[in-house]
Amino acid sequence: MKGLDRNLPTWVNVGLLPLLNVVTALLISAVVFWLIDVNPLEAAEILLYGAFGYQEGIGFTLYYTTNFIFTGLAVAIAFHVGLFNIGGEGQAYIGGLGVGLLCLALDASVPGPVLLLLSTLAAALFGAAWAFIPGWLQAYRGSHIVITTIMFNFLASSLMVYLMVNVLREPGQMAPQSRALAETAWLPFMHDLFAAIGIEFERSPLNISLFLALLCAFGAWVFIWKTKWGYEIRTVGSNQQAAVYAGIKPARVMLLAMAISGALAGFVGVNEINGVQHRLLLDFHYGYGFAGIAVALMGRNHPIGIVLAALLFGALYQGGAELAFEMSNVNRDIVVVMQGLVILFCGALEFLYKPLIANMFKEKTA
Amino acid sequence: MTSNALQLESISKRFGAVLANSDVSLSVEQGTIHGVIGENGAGKSTLMSILYGFYQADSGSIKVFGKEAKIHDSQDAIDVGIGMVHQHFMLVDTFTVLENITLGCEGSMLLSKGQAQAREALSKLSREYNLKVDPDALVGELPVGVQQRVEILKALYKGAKILILDEPTGVLTPQETDDLFKILLSLKEQGVTVLLITHKLKEIMHVTDNVSVMRQGKMVAHRHTAETNPEELAELMVGRKVVLQLEKPATDAGSKALTVSNLKVRDAQGIERVKGVSFEVAAGEIVGIAGVSGNGQTELMEALAGMVSPESGEIRYGDLLISADHKVCPSEMRKAGVAHVPEDRHRVGLVTSFSASENAILGYHRSSAWNSKGVLSSSTVGKHCAELMADFDVRPQDPTLKCANFSGGNQQKLILARELDQTPKVLLVGQPTRGVDIGAIEFIHQRLLDMRNRGGAILLVSVELDEILSLSDRIIVMCDGRVTGELAASEADECTLGLMMSSSRDINASEEKE
Repeated sequence: MKGLDRNLPTWVNVGLLPLLNVVTALLISAVVFWLIDVNPLEAAEILLYGAFGYQEGIGFTLYYTTNFIFTGLAVAIAFHVGLFNIGGEGQAYIGGLGVGLLCLALDASVPGPVLLLLSTLAAALFGAAWAFIPGWLQAYRGSHIVITTIMFNFLASSLMVYLMVNVLREPGQMAPQSRALAETAWLPFMHDLFAAIGIEFERSPLNISLFLALLCAFGAWVFIWKTKWGYEIRTVGSNQQAAVYAGIKPARVMLLAMAISGALAGFVGVNEINGVQHRLLLDFHYGYGFAGIAVALMGRNHPIGIVLAALLFGALYQGGAELAFEMSNVNRDIVVVMQGLVILFCGALEFLYKPLIANMFKEKTA
Repeated sequence: MTSNALQLESISKRFGAVLANSDVSLSVEQGTIHGVIGENGAGKSTLMSILYGFYQADSGSIKVFGKEAKIHDSQDAIDVGIGMVHQHFMLVDTFTVLENITLGCEGSMLLSKGQAQAREALSKLSREYNLKVDPDALVGELPVGVQQRVEILKALYKGAKILILDEPTGVLTPQETDDLFKILLSLKEQGVTVLLITHKLKEIMHVTDNVSVMRQGKMVAHRHTAETNPEELAELMVGRKVVLQLEKPATDAGSKALTVSNLKVRDAQGIERVKGVSFEVAAGEIVGIAGVSGNGQTELMEALAGMVSPESGEIRYGDLLISADHKVCPSEMRKAGVAHVPEDRHRVGLVTSFSASENAILGYHRSSAWNSKGVLSSSTVGKHCAELMADFDVRPQDPTLKCANFSGGNQQKLILARELDQTPKVLLVGQPTRGVDIGAIEFIHQRLLDMRNRGGAILLVSVELDEILSLSDRIIVMCDGRVTGELAASEADECTLGLMMSSSRDINASEEKE
């Protein structure tokens, strides 16, 4: 039987079962390590140390987490309206383009805080627009959102290559990247913030867009569960006929949800361009959009779950990089394998242990 | 002494926490018509599904003609001589009668030989049991009553000696129902054992020899039909005394609340379903629309509720006009005092994955009563829902419970509570008691009458003639998208309505031929 079992306590449904799934995924990962002659315990130690063991590692982990929160929320919002937005990749890319264009145009003339505010808006606007078009095609023309969002990922890639090579490239340079942005367009790094209050923290790409991500997660929770717009989104996603009956216009609600979804994905551009790269370049978004699907899946489309799942994925990213660096017979692809196993057990085999646990509880109460 | 065709002993079946069948025993004498009656959710369907191999019982035994039978799938059931006629026919519309009957027992790789045998067998069966069907007719073109005959023949062809009919009369006109009962009686004369599953007391009294009553998964009584009466059966089904007849004080019909003129509606496939319908509903009256399901009532209601826009014609609620050029959204209709209880509560009236309290504001979720500064106050909504639940006796009284976990009757009461809470001027209500237990039916009917007595206008669509007859002040009969009759409730009875529901079919058929 599908769905959560009402006979089981809540802590089992939302706590124990997902935990068991993650543990299973990690155990099977251990077998994979063992097969390639790597001591799983040693690997786990390196991975954990790489992700959480020292300040720079933590910084990197949280920097990745920031991106995953954005793209995970993007997938979740679309999911609540019943659409599978797998265009987070393209929306993040175009969101970054928005940031880049705005900062390139205004970084000499507009003061810092205003510029950062405007570039955040630009990221949201560009990302939203890139999701709005497939949303419109789905709502009014019936073009399947999965197909159109995939196509828009390719369009975004091609557009960016064209722009970076032909239009925005820094004059006199070979690399397909723009000139560096003025420092007014930089988001404060966490280590600088800590330094300002007298705490020493190793340098890492972690910047204050993590707060934006957490704010978005909270905002998404309020929006989806505590407003009439969220109510309409969930109604359309759960039962479109009931939505029509209730006087809700499904097409409009879908457009709204897709626009918000795209805007959230677009914020990856803020973290990357304002926060880390400080110039517009190619492929800064690479992989975050797709990983966002897994994050949303694992986080069960709930902001709290998404933040936790994003942290897990951030740790896997950072710890995995450390692992590839430390061990000669491991490369970064092993992380993809581990992610795949996590997705397999948390997504596809979500209820693997449910009958077992349910039986245990039945016997206990009987 | 007569022997038992079927003997079920101590059958139990559990679905999760629900005990659908608890220690159920049933003996059916050979060559009788045996009724099994019970409310929705009493476990009738589960029991029959176990008998036909869709589910396995957790415990208990089944004996067929005295022999222990292990029924793992429908083929096992067919092998021991059990045939089933489902509520929703399992026929291929684009096949002929003969092709449908040989489906699943084609005989050999080439169809012709098996079909020749089947044709012969079929004509023999038709003669024996007086079941007339043209073997070469396309099933999709046959009337529903005849399709049902095909289902019966299909079962008999496969060698059924015990025939199970699950709610067979739901889709039939009264005349077709009479025909079906004649067939059942002649089957009985030929020694076939019939098991009739229904929730209609009248049918049980009319045609069965014995009757077994189920309640909440248990078999609560066995009676010889001749020695019982509908009141006793109703009481056994519900577990308490039930008022089968309603008090209906006279009211004066007031001003026009709803005027429909020459309305035409097409469905999503572009087929015209409502073909020029005109009628009026006044304040303080209940107008019932009778008709066999699928004759345009659904589309009529959707158009009246603003869910689909009409092809042509006009709908007028006071000052509010709906036409092809003037589309109106359901939210505007609610503002104008038109409430709607849709026919299909699972697919339209509720979001079953939402909690009761979220469903309690569906369609009214923009109301300022629970929205402030853009935030939908879940505590206000919860309180509102608790009030509705108390007022309409929705059980369990838990606003946070997911809607899917309420029984049909309680879901319907919740919808009715939500719609009546706004004290609408006009209520559109479709199949208010479909799949609802008798106790809740009584309650729902009383609330509808209360609204009428207060001066509200109600348009009631139902396939249950009893419901139409007991509630309506005026009755309109619909058939094939047209109004085929209109009469005051006092002049109506099942027979005249039945004729209007079906005879017009022949009129239409002859029109089409011309």
